[in-house]
Amino acid sequence: MQAALDIADSGYEVVLVERLPSIGGRMAQLSETFPTLDCAQCILTPRTVEVGHHEKIKLATYSEVEEVGGHLGDFRVKVRRKPAYVDWERCTGCGLCQEKCLWQVPSDFERGIGKRKAIYALSPQAVPNKPVIDREHCVYFQKEGKCGACAKFCPVEAIDFQQKEEIWEEQVGAIVVATGYDLYPMERLSEYGGGHYPDVIDSLQFERLLSASGPTAGEIRRPSDGAVPKEVVFVQCAGSRDPERGVAYCSQICCMYTAKQALLYKHKVHHGQAYVFYIDIRAGGKGYEEFVQRAMEEGVLYLRGKVSKIFPQNGKVMVWGADTLSGKRVEIAADLVVLATAILPSQGTSDLAEKLRIKIGESGFYEEAHPQVRPIESGAPGIYLAGAGQGPKDIPEAVAQGSAAAAKVLALFASEVPP
Amino acid sequence: MRYLYFPGCTLSTKAKGFAASGEASARALGIDLVELSQWNCCGATFPLATDNLLALVAPTRILLNAQKEGNHLVALCSICYHVLKRTNRLLREETDKREKLNLFIEEEYRGEVRVFHLLELLREEIGFEELSERVQKRLQGLRVAPYYGCLLLRPFQEIGLDDPEEPRILDDLLASLGCEVVEFSHKTECCGSYLAMNSSEVTRELSYAILHSALASGAQAVVTSCPLCHFNLDYRQGEMAAHYPGFTQIPVLYFTQLLGLALGIESETFGLADHHVDPRPLLASKGLK
Repeated sequence: MQAALDIADSGYEVVLVERLPSIGGRMAQLSETFPTLDCAQCILTPRTVEVGHHEKIKLATYSEVEEVGGHLGDFRVKVRRKPAYVDWERCTGCGLCQEKCLWQVPSDFERGIGKRKAIYALSPQAVPNKPVIDREHCVYFQKEGKCGACAKFCPVEAIDFQQKEEIWEEQVGAIVVATGYDLYPMERLSEYGGGHYPDVIDSLQFERLLSASGPTAGEIRRPSDGAVPKEVVFVQCAGSRDPERGVAYCSQICCMYTAKQALLYKHKVHHGQAYVFYIDIRAGGKGYEEFVQRAMEEGVLYLRGKVSKIFPQNGKVMVWGADTLSGKRVEIAADLVVLATAILPSQGTSDLAEKLRIKIGESGFYEEAHPQVRPIESGAPGIYLAGAGQGPKDIPEAVAQGSAAAAKVLALFASEVPP
Repeated sequence: MRYLYFPGCTLSTKAKGFAASGEASARALGIDLVELSQWNCCGATFPLATDNLLALVAPTRILLNAQKEGNHLVALCSICYHVLKRTNRLLREETDKREKLNLFIEEEYRGEVRVFHLLELLREEIGFEELSERVQKRLQGLRVAPYYGCLLLRPFQEIGLDDPEEPRILDDLLASLGCEVVEFSHKTECCGSYLAMNSSEVTRELSYAILHSALASGAQAVVTSCPLCHFNLDYRQGEMAAHYPGFTQIPVLYFTQLLGLALGIESETFGLADHHVDPRPLLASKGLK
């Protein structure tokens, strides 16, 4: 997004291809941001709206890159747009269809702890704020024409059950790859019971609980019974820095967002106790160490050690761990456990790399041309990297890399002889 | 199906019922367990020191003898299985150590034999669905806690039998026999193992925690595949009763005893009378004997 804006602001045409129905990526799911506690949505929305309205930016959401041909200065990119079954030209984004739709399914955007309808937009602030129909869960599609409530109520007749996918070709001079990240699936951390015990959740689920636009409207309520948790345990490095059972690398952002989440929990549940298990604190960044100190001062209890096992007992979630500073075993009867699961390259990263003929590094992220002196270039001329697809990084770093990629593209466009 | 079989010392002495019920059950399922003609103690621990090769001579000799008589070797005891499987992997994959061990035994063995636990054989050769159909007497209404312990599953990279944190194999077996299988938190916790020798209070505490968790989940019996776990969990219950007020005793069974009963085999040789906590009243209450 940052790269798109910078390039478009310089007067060049940009095509922004996004797999989801709307832009904003992971940041759109976050509650507040470290270290300033700015509301993520509040600092993100002006950007997404700007992208949405920019006359030089063509938004291709709900679309994926199908095929890439050509070369620097003359790439031919085939884009495939999935059928939304809604005519976005007509749709005014009034939301009536989502209100009237009777069919609810767990929402991916809410990480499964909230629901969405079979016709949905990702969030109230979505850009573009146009819905798509999830064919798998839509009764009209599954039961041959029954229902159709959305179509009946739509005031502008925008519902189009016959819509087909579209494939077209774009001709572009340069490509910026910014496909982001996923979280390590909790289910693979079987010692923590992730995915089996409802009150063991991952950090993005906790973000949704914290978020004012989330399924609990920002109240911290645990999934099993909706109770406000009095003791919350945060487990850092869940799957990270664990070459045998998870991934070998550090996921970089967990120390900071865990401090933020623990702090926000304390702000919302004043008498609650937050515990953080950590290997060590990596708070290298402007204002970061101070932020972690603040969390500690405001009563978050930091325990240096790993958690060995998590299991349910009498309505509580028992956490066994070690406090290596006191040399003691720790057992906490928690109400909620939040796992700071490792960051993985987003699904489809390796497929896209193959289409673009760019390299994937050992840990699955896009590999830069040189780790020290060419961290923006992909190694293929005219293709640049931005954001967490290249490696775990926080928002400021991702934004900086986006701007850097834009600078590379603009330099390329300004030069008469290709570099 | 004919499989070479390594009973091991404990199954020939303290846990004869485990051996007898295992052998009889296998036979009833068409698995012919043929005892190795020559065998010795496996050593009963896989050495923790990386250079303690001498401790591996004993299991290497067992594996070598097995190779002379077949391709597979089945164990029932978790510890024997653990030691044999890990030694076999080391002989297959670590060239330096293999060469030294081969010099010790003055023969050539390269880890070719495949080591099985009987549970593995039941899962892979018979299958639990098939087994369920072969059950004569369903163990209806028997609520059991499947207890795996450590050595049957760990280290995963070397044993690879099942997920060491959330194992299923014993759960699935018992469910196929008709038992009601309870989820309990301590199913893969350590019972204290050999600490029984020199700090029995540690073993008592660890074993108590396991039984306590099983009881809290509503289990009527704990099921294991390890004679040492059995000893710690069963035999120590007298001490536990004296030490922990309100502790209720709970029978601890070998999985083969329940398998044999479900297959309708006469249980006389199963050693049910030799347990510290007599399982017979519980079994009788479910119409099993």
